[in-house]
Amino acid sequence: MLTIKNLKAQINGKPILKGINLEIKAGEVHAIMGPNGSGKSTLAAVLAGRDYVEITSGEVLFMGQNLLDLAPEERARMGIFLGFQYPVEIPGVSMVSFMRTAVNEIRKYRNLPPLNSSDFLKYMREKKELVEIDTQLTHRSVNEGFSGGEKKKNEIFQMAMLEPKLAILDETDSGLDIDALRIVANGVNKLKSPDNAYLVITHYQRLLDYIIPDVVHVLYDGRIVKSAGKELALELEEKGYDWIKREYQKI
Amino acid sequence: MNSEDIIQNLTQSDYKYGFTTNIETETFPKGINEDIIRRLSEIKGEPSFMLEWRLKAFEYWKQMEMPTWAHLKIPPIDYQEIIYYAAPKKNKAPESLDDIDPELKKTFDKLGIPLEEQKQLSGVAVDAVMDSVSIKTTFKETLANLGIIFCSMSEAIREHPDLVKKYLGSVVPYTDNFFAALNSAVFSDGSFVYIPKGVRCPMELSTYFRINAKNTGQFERTLIIADEDSYVSYLEGCTAPMRDEHQLHAAVVELIALKNAEIKYSTVQNWYPGDKNGKGGIYNFVTKRGICKEENSKISWTQVETGSAITWKYPSCILKGDNSIGEFYSVAVTNNYQQADTGTKMIHIGKNTRSRIVSKGISAGYSQNSYRGLVKIMKNADNARNFTQCDSMLLSDKCGAHTFPYIEIDNPTAIAEHEATTSRIGEDQIFYCNQRGISTEDAVGLIVNGYAREVLNQLPMEFAVEAQKLLQITLENSVG
Repeated sequence: MLTIKNLKAQINGKPILKGINLEIKAGEVHAIMGPNGSGKSTLAAVLAGRDYVEITSGEVLFMGQNLLDLAPEERARMGIFLGFQYPVEIPGVSMVSFMRTAVNEIRKYRNLPPLNSSDFLKYMREKKELVEIDTQLTHRSVNEGFSGGEKKKNEIFQMAMLEPKLAILDETDSGLDIDALRIVANGVNKLKSPDNAYLVITHYQRLLDYIIPDVVHVLYDGRIVKSAGKELALELEEKGYDWIKREYQKI
Repeated sequence: MNSEDIIQNLTQSDYKYGFTTNIETETFPKGINEDIIRRLSEIKGEPSFMLEWRLKAFEYWKQMEMPTWAHLKIPPIDYQEIIYYAAPKKNKAPESLDDIDPELKKTFDKLGIPLEEQKQLSGVAVDAVMDSVSIKTTFKETLANLGIIFCSMSEAIREHPDLVKKYLGSVVPYTDNFFAALNSAVFSDGSFVYIPKGVRCPMELSTYFRINAKNTGQFERTLIIADEDSYVSYLEGCTAPMRDEHQLHAAVVELIALKNAEIKYSTVQNWYPGDKNGKGGIYNFVTKRGICKEENSKISWTQVETGSAITWKYPSCILKGDNSIGEFYSVAVTNNYQQADTGTKMIHIGKNTRSRIVSKGISAGYSQNSYRGLVKIMKNADNARNFTQCDSMLLSDKCGAHTFPYIEIDNPTAIAEHEATTSRIGEDQIFYCNQRGISTEDAVGLIVNGYAREVLNQLPMEFAVEAQKLLQITLENSVG
């Protein structure tokens, strides 16, 4: 589904990603861990199409297409979803009209007719129940006045609404209490299918107690320096990142 | 391609009302003098009190100078180069739709203002004004059955001189300001509304103003009187053809609300704003004021201002009656080289009077957008309350947003609150929308409409949809 080959990128002339290689297949969950400043969020930003990151070399294929040629909204319509680390507020824009615009754009791309109001509200209700999000949140303006946890739950709700092929969750667990964490993780687990894939970026192992990854990668200094099964996350939790850094510096 | 490029590449949407109609027009020679005013009054078949009033206004105007206090750069205007009267040629006043020039009918159809009553949006009566005269007022009979008078100003002067004599100039005297004096001397038409005691007007009343003829100024005059315990909602729309030279529009609107009466006045102002280099466009210098003359009355102004090269406009309320309420809701959008200096005045005279001001400015391109407001609480206005919220949003780094709030309080029991914010439309907000599959153009529309929500909610349904689209079109190609 997603193939990243020797991806290098910089921000304001400073190299951040120094040659990323990664292959994600449908049905898989990949976790990316790593210390602060290793390039985790930059990788997410590149995949979603943020323009402040400059690609210096490499390629990214998504469903066989060259992802880096596409505008952010085209990537989204093709099925890339980014769960933001810091979701923004859009005052005065109701969740209903925001989601309805988004859902219908994506349906248009998939050659489906737009949903009318009553069908849309029904669809929204189903998804709300699925991810156990409070009805009051969807009656408000996009993220306006939401707590940190509410914003993250709202990201998962939007993911459920948009049914992406590849969901990238950028530190969705940061700042969540254990109950909110469980809701977020349950949402992901319910939405998981053989047709979609997840790239879960996290700083801590605890999210991976709930979302079981197939592969765990360690990103350090702009490169993936280690990839292994889910037990790697536990090892990192126990030993920290220093041994990775030492091992990497030896090379 | 980054989002700025995408917006840059969007085709600049054309002003869709920029066409002209080829109809025979009867026009006066250029310029203003006593003869022109006499001739105008004569053509209109006006009673002598009107002519006298006009001439007094003209004498007064001649002594005045154009005001310069607004935050506007206004090129000099030669008032002798303007044509003060232009009317579609006709033999007699139209008795029915068949008497109206088909070209003229087509024009209003093109603007989405069908004059055939059966085709109208349910519940909106329309008065259509082209250049200097009213073309047709619809639903007149339905309204007449309730005792409501809704007609052109010219007709009101002829048919209801007592009402006109009593109220015309009672809120905006011709001595009020330069443009009001000029208007009083040469206004050629406009709308007149009278709602009798105890009547709730069952439909929206609407006037549609169109400037068509070249070199012509439009000077319309609107007078709305809501008698005791009555209610009316009035809408005003306006467009003009695209022309390279500037055209002057100097209207006066007066509202009078008597005991327990309520007037809701909504404007969607879409005069031609000039091209993207600032060439052409309408000068919109308008005086709008309402008086809550008696107790428990209410006047509410809502305006969506997207057009005109220069806007100078302060719809105001004089809260004379005890417990009366004044409201002002405004969205003013400026793009390219447009300039707007707009706001309101709330004059609290009566006890327990309340006012609310919500102003949302949106500036893009190289435009300048100013809010100017006065809240004045007089000595006897015990327990007066004002709340003002004044927000500015910037869409480019070359535009300007300014606020000039004045608060004058002469009563110790008064409370006035003022909140103001300035924000830049966020790249982050646009990207968030993009990431959900929404194009940048639609994202700007969503964000701006969200920002203006509180004001748009005040508009009647049909207008709100129109206004939302208008905001989006006005701001295409504008984030940078």
